[in-house]
Amino acid sequence: MLEQLEKLRTEALEGLRAVADGAALDTWQRSTLGRRGIVTLITRRVGELPKESRPAFGKRANQVKQELTAAYERKATAVKADEMERQIATGAIDVSQPGRPRPLGRLHPSTQVLREICRIWGDMGFQVYRSRDVETDEYNFQLLNMPPHHPARDMWDTFYTTQEGVVLRTHTSPGQIHAMHDYHPEPIRVILPGMCYRYEQISARSEIQFNQVEGLAVGKNITFADLKGTLSSFAGRLFGAQIQTRFRCQHFPFTEPSAEMDVECILCSGRGCNVCKKTGWLEILGCGMVHPAVLRHGGYDPAVYTGFAFGMGVERPAMVKYGIKDIRYFWSGDLRFLEQF
Amino acid sequence: MIVPLSWLQDYVDITLPVPELAERMTLAGLEVETIQYIGVSGADLVWDRDKFVVARILAVGQHPDADRLVLARVEYGAPEPATLVTGATNLFPYLGQDLSGQNLKSPMVLEGAAIYDGHKEGFVKTRLKGRKVRGIMNRHMLCSEKELGISQEHEGIMLLETAAVPGTPLQDILGEVILHLDLTPNLARCHSMIGVAREVAALTGTSPQGTPQTVRYPSLNVVMGGPPAAEAVRVEIEDSALSPRFTATLIRDVRIGLSPEWMQRRLKLVGVRPINNIVDITNYVMMELGQPLHAFDYDLLLQRARTTSVSVPTIKVRQASIGEGMTTLDGTSRTFNEYDILITDTAGPVGIGGVMGGTETEVHVGTRNVLLEAANFNLINIRRTAQAHKLPSEASARFGRGIHPAEAIRGARRAAELMRTLAGGTVGQGIVDNYPDPPEPVVATVTPAQIKRWLGIHIDQKEVVAILEALQFQCQIKGGAIHATVPDHRLDISTGLTGTADLIEEISRIYGYGKIPETEMSDPLPPLRANRPQEQEERTRDLLVAAGLQEIISYRFTTPEAEARILSPGSQPDERPYTTIANPISQDKSVMRHTLLESLLVAVAANVRHHGHVALFEIGSVYLPAEGRRLPDEPTRLCVGMAGQRETVGWMGGDEGSMDFYDLKGVLEALTDGWRLEGVRYEPTTDPVFCPGRAARVSLHNGRTHLGTAGQVHPLVAKRFDMPDGIPLLAAELDLDALMAAIPAGFEVQPIPQFPVVYRDVALVLDEAIPAADVQQLIVQTGGRWLAQVRLFDVYRGTQLPAGKRSLAYALAFQSPDKTLTDRDANKLRDKIVRRLEREIGARLRSQ
Repeated sequence: MLEQLEKLRTEALEGLRAVADGAALDTWQRSTLGRRGIVTLITRRVGELPKESRPAFGKRANQVKQELTAAYERKATAVKADEMERQIATGAIDVSQPGRPRPLGRLHPSTQVLREICRIWGDMGFQVYRSRDVETDEYNFQLLNMPPHHPARDMWDTFYTTQEGVVLRTHTSPGQIHAMHDYHPEPIRVILPGMCYRYEQISARSEIQFNQVEGLAVGKNITFADLKGTLSSFAGRLFGAQIQTRFRCQHFPFTEPSAEMDVECILCSGRGCNVCKKTGWLEILGCGMVHPAVLRHGGYDPAVYTGFAFGMGVERPAMVKYGIKDIRYFWSGDLRFLEQF
Repeated sequence: MIVPLSWLQDYVDITLPVPELAERMTLAGLEVETIQYIGVSGADLVWDRDKFVVARILAVGQHPDADRLVLARVEYGAPEPATLVTGATNLFPYLGQDLSGQNLKSPMVLEGAAIYDGHKEGFVKTRLKGRKVRGIMNRHMLCSEKELGISQEHEGIMLLETAAVPGTPLQDILGEVILHLDLTPNLARCHSMIGVAREVAALTGTSPQGTPQTVRYPSLNVVMGGPPAAEAVRVEIEDSALSPRFTATLIRDVRIGLSPEWMQRRLKLVGVRPINNIVDITNYVMMELGQPLHAFDYDLLLQRARTTSVSVPTIKVRQASIGEGMTTLDGTSRTFNEYDILITDTAGPVGIGGVMGGTETEVHVGTRNVLLEAANFNLINIRRTAQAHKLPSEASARFGRGIHPAEAIRGARRAAELMRTLAGGTVGQGIVDNYPDPPEPVVATVTPAQIKRWLGIHIDQKEVVAILEALQFQCQIKGGAIHATVPDHRLDISTGLTGTADLIEEISRIYGYGKIPETEMSDPLPPLRANRPQEQEERTRDLLVAAGLQEIISYRFTTPEAEARILSPGSQPDERPYTTIANPISQDKSVMRHTLLESLLVAVAANVRHHGHVALFEIGSVYLPAEGRRLPDEPTRLCVGMAGQRETVGWMGGDEGSMDFYDLKGVLEALTDGWRLEGVRYEPTTDPVFCPGRAARVSLHNGRTHLGTAGQVHPLVAKRFDMPDGIPLLAAELDLDALMAAIPAGFEVQPIPQFPVVYRDVALVLDEAIPAADVQQLIVQTGGRWLAQVRLFDVYRGTQLPAGKRSLAYALAFQSPDKTLTDRDANKLRDKIVRRLEREIGARLRSQ
């Protein structure tokens, strides 16, 4: 029987050497070391031996079992490593194939630019104040220092409604009056984003609705120098700290003195190109010191308070920044445009 | 405003290079839109001084071999005259004449120079080469305006009336720099050469280095003779608020003819067509001084007076009576409104004040005696008249911006003297000047302290006075304040604090905005106020973008008909009133929208044509007029629209199925879960937009708060938007204000569970009619605090079930925060839930 055991051992080790993959290894394990494997079977036959031979056989059988188990474990490690290597060798994928598409949502470019502007003003202490689109003539014009038939009204081509004295706001400026009414006599620093409307033929260059961001600061100690400093700081945050600005005299009925702020053309760095019409400057916003009459209409005594206001477009700067040739794209709802942002 | 510098220089010296001058003007508020160069450095075509010269035509002879060509013998500064071949028709009248005594001159271009090709469209350069023309050698040429780049004119050669000797470089007499100004409404005073000259003088004469500049006004002296005008005409003003001033000047015995070449040239440069000397003078003076004028044929006025048995023409300025009419100079017969101001005589209207004269009394070739009107009118009436009659004119544009009545007499005197010297007339003694109520001079005040308060800098009082005086204010210092009397050519300076602001604007723009420093606000910060609705709106956008949707922004204009398209046939029409545009830009944009759905459906359907998967949203206002209120409500809506494949399918395959109601609902759930809104209800509803059986009313607070409707758009509606067949069009419109109002202020984080989860699945057979939401609610109620999660993982209908039944399979997850649940615990809970469902909604376990 001992001989049988030795033979079995030799055969098993040979058999194990011949094992080449996991399946053969499993088979070997079952037939050799399993519950019905030959080692178990031969061990069970120990009773057939004379009593005195039993301990020696048992001891040897145990040795063989341990040896085979150890050999199996070594082999198993080797086979697994082999298999992993084989898998790796055959499992190469084409990493240049496209990935599985994930649906990606996007904000409208106007929203993106508006947010950027509002974020910067927020950092500078200006909070968002919103007011209505459909306005009275009083708020859109009269309280902003433009009585009926005032020549300055020519600056805004207005949509009128069939309701007498009701217009679509031509600018976000009526919000200045609303904000002053809400907050006086406290100081004010607000920005007023919103959609504005102008009666113009729709073309690649002009639209009947567009976003505007207006700003208003009112206090007892606010100067034109503050206006320049604040707006230049804004321009620096929007276009980069090194951007040059200049202030040109302009006229708005609701501010005095009034100005327009130009920034150095971002496309040609001020050298002059088609976008800036060779001037090297891009017109960015209109601004000025709040007109005394407007302060008074807002409930602030112009002898005590001063303030500044400014207003800028959203779509036009976006057109310059992204080289958009046609303003009509913005409200087209066309994914072929919107997907590019 | 078009400003030729050669004209402007009559009144002020140009002391700066042109681009620098233009920049200074622009920075001071007179925006120079473009600088146009003609012939001089800076122009596209520069006239070489030795190749573009003045030629004098000595003789014109017939070309021996061509009927339509002539030979011009010209003197042009060279030792010998030249003979040129030309086809210029305006030389034909001089054929064979002795021209030695005449001053017939023309621009001449010498061989080798580049000129514009007169025969090509636009301005195309070509080089002049000598060649034989029908056998005669021709080297140089006489030019048309187009060939020189002066205008489009190419009929014949340009004839010059100039004292310049032959050979004079053309640049010296025709070279020009023109500033094109874009003037804001407050710069009414700058719509004239004098007005611009005043600004240029102030801008270039107040710098520390500059010498003070003065404006050279044209002389207003008039040589008068003959009987007094007052005997020949009377002037009445009905209402000085409508016409504050009316002057009448009589110029007798004029000879109507062409105005001098220099005047015609200047008028053409500023875009006014020369007509005859009298009309040209009125236009010229308007351009020069800014005062519009009108010339009547006096004899025609006299005739009209006689037909009404009046011996002296009597001009009356009055408000029009409704229905009154007249034919204006442009040949149009017009009926008047009560706001039109009429110039009338005893026989009726002869002109619309400040806008346009009447045809019956206009100056014509045979006119001998001229009555010159220089008047002033209320700008609002002028604006309304010009707008109503669609009569924008140089005159109405100026009156409509405001002209000081003091200008009237200046215009009258300047024009009368020009009519005397250029048209040979005699100016009647004394100008009839009806000026009932001259305004008091306006005095505005400013102090250095006010300047500091407004601008943030100190400007020396002396400098302030210098600036104001350069702008022709008269300054007096009283008690530390500068009292500035406003010159009587401007109306834009007020009194009081507004007047102070007006002066500060003048001071700062001449001082230079660039010299004002940039400072940070030192004023205290106002109280910080959060704008919660705006923040919530932005976060809502972020949630929808995270759910894979693209934001769009649509026109807020629409039409009732367009919006009716979203309602399925036979449904109740939307009868709510609209905010209606009185002057729509186009027929398809006549009202403000009631809904975002219509424009969103248009966008989805349009994009489906080129995109497999379309998922869009828009957030924005709708406009709902409310009974008894002037302004509409402007609630904020959220609209979602989806159609097409569920997934963009790549090389690995994917879900190519069309999106359905549950894709839409998934997006809305992502949004409401993102906001932690609890108890959002979806209940079946009927809605005219949506397909019956596939629409849900979305609500909160046990149905009390209506949020909107979500569903599959009715196929008949989808068809109207050209949706391809077989692709469900999904949409929802929610009341974003209501949604945002329900957002909980805060939430509490649960600890990470310490004990394992025990899962139990139950498959229930139920009546079709019982909504899944009800089943889920019962499960949650019964499961109590150990039921951590319920998930519907299968819905089955089919042959293995009786008709009218369906099976819902739920995965239940049990977990306790304070112990490990046993199988027994889980089974007990499951059985309790099943028993409740059996009892209350007739469910039975599918395995039974």
